[in-house]
Amino acid sequence: MEITVTVNGVERTADVEPRLLLAHVIRDSFGLTGTHVGCDTTSCGACTVLLDGVPVKSCTMFGVQADGREVTTVEGLAAGGALDPIQDGFKQEHGLQCGFCTPGMMLVTKALLAGNPDPTEDEIRWAISGNVCRCTGYMNIVKAVQWAARNMAESRTAEPAAASTS
Amino acid sequence: MLPASFQYQRPSTLDEALALLAEHGEDGKVLAGGQSLIPLMKLRFAAPEHLVDINRIPGLDGLSEEDGVLRIGALVRNATLERSDLLKSRYPVMAAAAPMISDPIVRNLGTVAGSLVHADPAGDWGSVMLALGASVVLRSSRGEREVPMGEFLVDTFTTSTEPDEILTEVRVPAPAPGSGGTYLKLERKVGDFATVAVGVQLTLANGTIGRAGIALTAVGSKNIEAEEAEGYLSGAEPTEEAFAEAARLAAQASDPQSDVRGSADYKRHVVEVFTKRGLATAYEMAGGGS
Repeated sequence: MEITVTVNGVERTADVEPRLLLAHVIRDSFGLTGTHVGCDTTSCGACTVLLDGVPVKSCTMFGVQADGREVTTVEGLAAGGALDPIQDGFKQEHGLQCGFCTPGMMLVTKALLAGNPDPTEDEIRWAISGNVCRCTGYMNIVKAVQWAARNMAESRTAEPAAASTS
Repeated sequence: MLPASFQYQRPSTLDEALALLAEHGEDGKVLAGGQSLIPLMKLRFAAPEHLVDINRIPGLDGLSEEDGVLRIGALVRNATLERSDLLKSRYPVMAAAAPMISDPIVRNLGTVAGSLVHADPAGDWGSVMLALGASVVLRSSRGEREVPMGEFLVDTFTTSTEPDEILTEVRVPAPAPGSGGTYLKLERKVGDFATVAVGVQLTLANGTIGRAGIALTAVGSKNIEAEEAEGYLSGAEPTEEAFAEAARLAAQASDPQSDVRGSADYKRHVVEVFTKRGLATAYEMAGGGS
């Protein structure tokens, strides 16, 4: 079945078997290997992508279901080559060790901060509760999210005109 | 893991979906949130030849209360319920259960209706709906029928849904004034299935208990309505002793298995503790004792 998906702002088409999972389509058909397949059983959240802005586990959705919709993967975070504040936060606060869970963690953060720019630590921990870090580096992941939230708030204050048009 | 091959169909109207299900019979399966069905297909526990994706059918995502009934459409996601102010103010047992179902990412796709049709005895919504006295609407090209939750849930992974039917709506009677409820769930960690969970809904009438709904999760072959405990409370004085006796009866109604999450005795004990605790909370919410 031929599907058309807007991946990180670019329209892509692929001819896929219906039984292929969205994670397969992203990695194999679109060549975007930043989306990791961890447990493959809907438990770990490593394969998380944004579907129309909402986090979903791409190992638990068929690729054909994404037909006509927008998918954001970790590769879509660094617009124009500049790191997203979320990526910068993970770098500054040492929010990753092995890095396997990081794409999922960052995409969940993206959705969290879009709806709640100033989350409490509790809200951050709830938001990432579907994502498992096997290095158990949760302390620094929480700090990284807080860094990103602070940084994004500061840029909004510094450039109110730019923020309102972005 | 790859599921077995299937034909994928994505109808844009309910009638079209129902016609496809009528055509395919036992070989067809409805895909909504997919958060239970897709894992089962990946493990090859399920291998439908035809998958009917209802996600693009308009009008199935309604969540509203009218004429004393809360209607939850087939495509209402768990995340929507979790954020609903209506549920927080009027349906505390649902508001308590929603954030404890799986994890936030799964809740973005998983649906209430899908969870009910899946009928996992460790699923939470079955107990919530039993406690609330809810029913489901099953539609097919032959017509429509409304089935009370107790008749709908037949056994493990088994409901009274026919292969050509879609659960289009869950109907929950709006709680009368002086009602309260809660859902208590013991889980090993966030996102796990319940070790034990108990849903409680209580309505007070003139100082005594009007209606009591008590249902149990993960302690039998399906979600269990603790009918004896409910019957005992109906018309009773809302005392600590009455709640303790109802909790004892609820534990008696449970039929847990020993497994990795705990022994049968332990789970039966948790049913008793949670029922007693839940009733006290519901009583307080209903305005009792104040």
